[in-house]
This record gives sequence, C-alpha cells and structure tokens, in this order.
Amino acid sequence: MASVCHWDGTLSPSDFDSSVSTLCERWREANTDLPQWLWMPCHMAGASSCNAMGYLAMENVYHQNAKEEVSCEGSISGDMELVDDATLVKSYKDDMHVYDYHIAYNFNFRVPVLYFRGYQCDGCPLKLGDIEKDLPAYSLNVLRESKWTFITQEDHPYLHRPWYTLHPCGTNDWMKSMLGRDMPNKDPHMLHYISAWLSVVGQAVGLRIPLGLYKSL
Amino acid sequence: MEVCSEEAVKYVWEGAIPLQVHLHESEVTTLPPPPPALVLGSRIGYFPLLVPLIKPYFSSALPPGEDTVWFDYNGLPLKWYVPVGVLFDLLCAEPERPWNITVHFRGYPGEVLTPCEGEDSVKWSYINSLKEASYVITGNCKNVMNMSQADQFDLWQSLVKGNMDGYLRISSRLKLGPLGEDCILKRSSSLQPRQATDEPEIVGFNRPTQIRTPVIMVYTRDPSVASICDAYELFFKGRIPVRLYLRNVDDNLEDLEDAPTIDSWERISYINRAVEIHKEGGNYMTLKHAMRTLLPEIFDEVPMLIHEAGAEGNHEADSCFADSETVSVTRNDLVEETSCTNQQSNKAKLIRIQGIEPDLDIPFSWVVNNLKYPDYFLHICVFVRATSPQAKST
Repeated sequence: MASVCHWDGTLSPSDFDSSVSTLCERWREANTDLPQWLWMPCHMAGASSCNAMGYLAMENVYHQNAKEEVSCEGSISGDMELVDDATLVKSYKDDMHVYDYHIAYNFNFRVPVLYFRGYQCDGCPLKLGDIEKDLPAYSLNVLRESKWTFITQEDHPYLHRPWYTLHPCGTNDWMKSMLGRDMPNKDPHMLHYISAWLSVVGQAVGLRIPLGLYKSL
Repeated sequence: MEVCSEEAVKYVWEGAIPLQVHLHESEVTTLPPPPPALVLGSRIGYFPLLVPLIKPYFSSALPPGEDTVWFDYNGLPLKWYVPVGVLFDLLCAEPERPWNITVHFRGYPGEVLTPCEGEDSVKWSYINSLKEASYVITGNCKNVMNMSQADQFDLWQSLVKGNMDGYLRISSRLKLGPLGEDCILKRSSSLQPRQATDEPEIVGFNRPTQIRTPVIMVYTRDPSVASICDAYELFFKGRIPVRLYLRNVDDNLEDLEDAPTIDSWERISYINRAVEIHKEGGNYMTLKHAMRTLLPEIFDEVPMLIHEAGAEGNHEADSCFADSETVSVTRNDLVEETSCTNQQSNKAKLIRIQGIEPDLDIPFSWVVNNLKYPDYFLHICVFVRATSPQAKST
C-alpha cells in the first residue's frame, strides 16, 4: 500500500477480487461473441480464507487460421445461447484450434497473470510454434518488440500442469505507465485494473478484446 | 545467536542426497541391464544438472533417438525446477538413503512437466526465481536485470559447482540481505528509491536494554518517501520470499514411514507467497509467527478449547491464553498444547527446511539467513495431519 501519489502499478489481493467482478460485468455488457469469464475459487488447506485464491476462466474459444473466431458456448457458461449449428458444422475442420484462457493473481508480483493453452479438435495440445501461427501480426509484433512480454511455459498455480503464460515481471511498470501514478486517486478500489491489463495482454495473445471494455476505462 | 552464520550456510551448501539412479526398464536395450548409478545430488542443485554425471552409466544401453531426460520417484515425474533437497524432503516422508530414483531418456511427459532443454533451461528458471525473490524483497527486479553477463555467468557457475564463496561474493552485490534479528533488512542502502535518486542515510539504530525503541534518522531526497508513513513502511515492513509445499498425511499415521507415496502433484498444495514482516510487539518474529501468516488455520495461535466436564474449565482456559506466547514447543508437537488442544483442528505434523526440522521458536530471521536456497527463497515442506475427510481430498 504505497502512498496514494506514488502507486507502484500493483494490485492487492482484495482489490483483485473486486476488479474480477468488474471485469465479468463489463465483459457481459460488452455483448461479445466470446464466452463469459467464470471465477473458479480454489481452496487450499490452511489458507482458505484468503482473498484472490482461484482463477478466472474463459474456455473453449474456437480459432480458425487467425482470420475467424467462432465461440462455442457450452454448459461451462451460465448462459445457454442458441448457436447456429450450420456454422459450427462448417467450421469443424481439422485446422480448428480451441483455446482456454485463465487469469490468476500472483501474490509475489502482486499483479494478475494470464495463462493459456491451445488444442486441436481431437484434444491434442498445441506447441508454441503452432500457437504462434495462430497469432495475428499485431500480436507477434507486441511479443517481439516489448521486452516485457514474452511467452513461457510454467506450472499453472492451481492446476499443477504446464500452461503457456506471459511472465509477470514487468507488469507493474507498464500498468503504472498506462494508468498513471495517481490511479488510486481516480479509482480507489482498482475496479478497472484487470480490464485495463487485459486490454494490453490480450493483444499479445491475439485475444479480441471487446470495444466495450476499452470505452469504460 | 548470530544473524548469519557462515558455518550454517556452509553446512547447507555441502548438504547432498545420495541417489541410486535406475534406468527405466522400457529403455534398457542391453542384457544384462546396466546397474544403477550412484550419484550425490547437491541439496541446493537441480536434477537436470546431474545428467552429465549419470548419462555415461547408461548411454550404451539406450535405444536410438534423441535424449529428453526426466526423472521420476515411484512413478511421479519430478519437477526439474525444484531443488533436489526440497523434492527429497517432500516426497520421502521417511528419508530414504540412498534415494531410489528412475531416469528416463525418452518419452518426456509434456502434459505434466514443463519442457527442459538441459542446463540452459535450469539457469533460466533459476534467474527468474532470483528476479521474483528480488521483486519481493526490494519491489523491483532491477538489481538482477542489471547484473553484468559475467556476474550472471559466475553466479550460475558457482551454484553448479557448489562454490559457496564465489556465490556469496557475487550475490552480496544484489543487496538482498541479510535480515537483522529485528527483521530489519541490513543493507547499506536500505531504502531502494523508486526512482534512482540519492540514497538515504540511516544514522543510527538505538536499542536500549529495557525498552526497544528504534531511533532512525533518515536523510533522503528520494521523492517517493513523501511521509513518515512511507518511511515506516520501508523500515518496519518487509516481505520474505517463501515457497511452501504442503502435504496432508492421515491423522491415524503413527509413523511417517507408512505415509502413502505421492502419485500425483495434485496431492501437494504449493503456496508461492511472501511472508510479511512486522515487528512483533517488541519481540523478534519466530518461525511460528511466520508460518501463521501463511497457514493461519494450521498454525493457529489460540487453539479452540474443549472443556472436560467438571474440570477447571475457564480457569484453565485463561492460563492457556496467557501462556500461549511463551509455551515452549518441541519439534514434533508443533501445535499440541497439552491442556488446550482442539481435537478437531488440523495439527501440523512437521516442518522440514533443508532437511532439518526446526524448532518453531527459532527467530525467523535466522531461518531465512541460514536456510534459504541460492534463489533467495526459503523452500519449506509442511506435513499436515488431516483429520476431516474434506482435508484429505485437497
């Protein structure tokens, strides 16, 4: 909790929780084709009353050749939207990839972190090279040019398996540049933090951020 | 008690696990199969670094193909970025000597283990951990990022070769410790300015014998220290990097030897979170206090009371509260206070750090300074006795 005029770009666990709710709301209101974000709480023996324990999940994002994105809203999301079956059948080709995105709080860096993974339709996981082929040009530029955004593979903090991730070590610096050192004055509970953060990291991984999210910043 | 004991640190650096490494049967192409390799694994080192020592034993027996080396213990693939000593302390509930490990040169389990391409991957992982530790301690990664290539190389080589003196010489330039007994970080430039302006001076730290009254005079032109509150935060608060590995064992277990082997990493709770340091009402912070900040339910200071029918009841309860600060705790009876235990609560069975089961009353600063790993993290294994069914399913 640095003094208000000298915000260091980080987020406390309880502010992460409030920011999560705001993101989910914004995402819903933005009326995007993409699936909803769902909060998945995680209990850990001995520390169950802790804030920010868990992750946000947006799964089953269909992706075809970096040109088209079709979403598949299955039972994982609360809303059962009517899906055009004809569209799905047509798109269900071998080169259709499926992506899952998770957002978890990193207690050491005190920032959110994005985890993602991709599969072929048969469940076979995608390697980094395949994922990069799916990324639009602007993402590849972001990854190449920024020293802060690079994709690595790390163990998911709750699922104990390797996921791709963007390393969190520079996040507080660029969040501070983006939102300004007096952010806590404008937004004492950091409600917009995750939305702002996602609008940047989303670009690095080719996630189409709905315009509604930008407008509210 | 010395704040940082070179003897203790040397002891830690020299710690090693005797390993008996077997080639996985599916990869044995010779008859008779090769005998296991006997290798010493440095506690503070990593498994992939042992491959050059191990491979010669097995290279003639391997099937054709490219090497993708990984290790397992009782079928559990070993996370290569976790130090050897931590894996041993965690997975061998009852220490097994030599430790029987299986090596594989094929069939890397990519869905369970992050990829490892030999020494470079381990070095990269180590430097990232060091950056994370540095961020926790100082608020940024600059000191690690600004290390010269030569220093980074030398630091890594001293770890690989077990050269403690070389390591201490280079790592001291990172200014990440040691921690004072009062948990104030003793650094020549204790205030890390958020913008690189002049460094403040600390004039003196006065501690009269009866009353611990810190007197600090700080001269600074650092604009980020805008108030007494900022200075207070920087001096009296701090964060220590800790990685905690929690394993539940059945309450009915008398002997750790009988603990079932871990068959999946889902059975281990991994907590990568810093311990926040505050001055504890004039006393130094103990290991118990530190564990309580991370696992409040397990290291609960005030256990729930069970009143026996007709017993002293409240009076006993009161004396229990009064004594809870000063009760002396023996090694394996961590939260068992004889007259006041709640039989329903989780009771920690034991804590292992660097193969040692430390007394919970030891000053936390001593534990940090002497038992931390070269990545500046304190890796702690905790075995928790679980009573309720829901605890077992974690």
